Amino acid sequence: MAIEVRIPTILRSYTGGAKVVEGTGDTLGDLLTDLDTRHAGLKARLVTDAGALHRFVNVYVNDEDVRFLGALDAKLNDGDSVTVLPAVAGGAFGFAAAAAISQHRAATAAVAARRAAVAAR
Amino acid sequence: MARYDSLLDACGGTPLVGLPRLSPTVPDGAPPVRLWAKLEDRNPTGSIKDRAALFMVRAAEQSGRLRPGDTILEPTSGNTGISLAMVAKLRGYRLVCVMPENVSTERVQLLRMYGAEIIFSPAAGGSNQAVATAKQIAVDHPDWVMLYQYGNEANARAHYETTGPELLHDLPTITHFVAGLGTTGTLMGTGRFLREKVEGIQVVAAEPRYGELVYGLRNIDEGYVPELYDASVLTRRFSVGTRDAVLRTRQLVEVEGIFAGFSTGAILHAALSVAHEAVRDGRRADVAFVVCDGGWKYLSTGAYGGTLADAESSLEGQLWA
Repeated sequence: MAIEVRIPTILRSYTGGAKVVEGTGDTLGDLLTDLDTRHAGLKARLVTDAGALHRFVNVYVNDEDVRFLGALDAKLNDGDSVTVLPAVAGGAFGFAAAAAISQHRAATAAVAARRAAVAAR
Repeated sequence: MARYDSLLDACGGTPLVGLPRLSPTVPDGAPPVRLWAKLEDRNPTGSIKDRAALFMVRAAEQSGRLRPGDTILEPTSGNTGISLAMVAKLRGYRLVCVMPENVSTERVQLLRMYGAEIIFSPAAGGSNQAVATAKQIAVDHPDWVMLYQYGNEANARAHYETTGPELLHDLPTITHFVAGLGTTGTLMGTGRFLREKVEGIQVVAAEPRYGELVYGLRNIDEGYVPELYDASVLTRRFSVGTRDAVLRTRQLVEVEGIFAGFSTGAILHAALSVAHEAVRDGRRADVAFVVCDGGWKYLSTGAYGGTLADAESSLEGQLWA
């Protein structure tokens, strides 16, 4: 029996469009190395050059976040289910709020700078 | 019974109720494992977000960022908007909410009733469109005040100063705290407080896992983690799918009579998971979890009745938590 891995839409270019692929490994790191032999490039999208999980990727083993189970050293067993998802804590709408606040800060700073320039004139 | 000077003063102080029927049965002689629900739907507008909204507005008033008559802008998919609308009304501010059009109709009606103005971002554009809409409005109105719940320390502080102490007072034997992971404010604030006071406390996050439509083609290089989030506060984090969340939401009302929204179902799923582990390990556990809001705002989804598969598909593409 193998380990089932669910791939998010954005990474299916590495799996020939497959939503679910299978692999083997005693740890998450081993599993990703195994997957990379058949889906070249996938591992590099999930793991940084420094050898840590990418900040904006969440990986779950049987619905539990691997960062709390040893990250890439998390132990796996046959029959486990692994899910890869983009990080969207805060719901997908967190993106919008974060983008808006950064633009807003810039716009507010620009207004303040203009007012200061007018005052200095 | 208690009396308060105004609705704002009635925020928090919610009941903690035991769940004798949903708590797992332990073998004879084994230590008890008990589930406790913190009923945050008993807040002024019916959700846990009242705590954060009140603290964020007060903090902005105290720092001078918010002055009488100002306009508050908040991108929100629901409960925070409703809470802010109520607080804004009572404190004399105008509130503009930016939200995707695929939120439940009840939320929109409630927001308008409380006096908020709404700008929709098209659901078809997914999160990219929501980002573009929110950015544009923020640029067009630099004079509006953004409280930004994802990065506002007063959001987490609300829970550090109120939710956490309430839980410890009502359940000094608490071993696990389980809550939803959205802005992360509830878990960060309550979690920090409990970690300081309760040795060995487990702080457990339940994160909603939406249908694929919601994640869309979001690039992994531009993901988003709220500024408030500090992973070191948590001990575990579960991802809960729509089906499990619906199943548990229904179970909560059927077995214990608590009518809650679907994010609560996701939280209960994680709470039951840690409770059953405690039973297996023969450990005592008092697991407190958050009931974020009541189910009223989600009735129009139809997901409280019919088959689980139908419920799952009716919530597909919706931000149900």
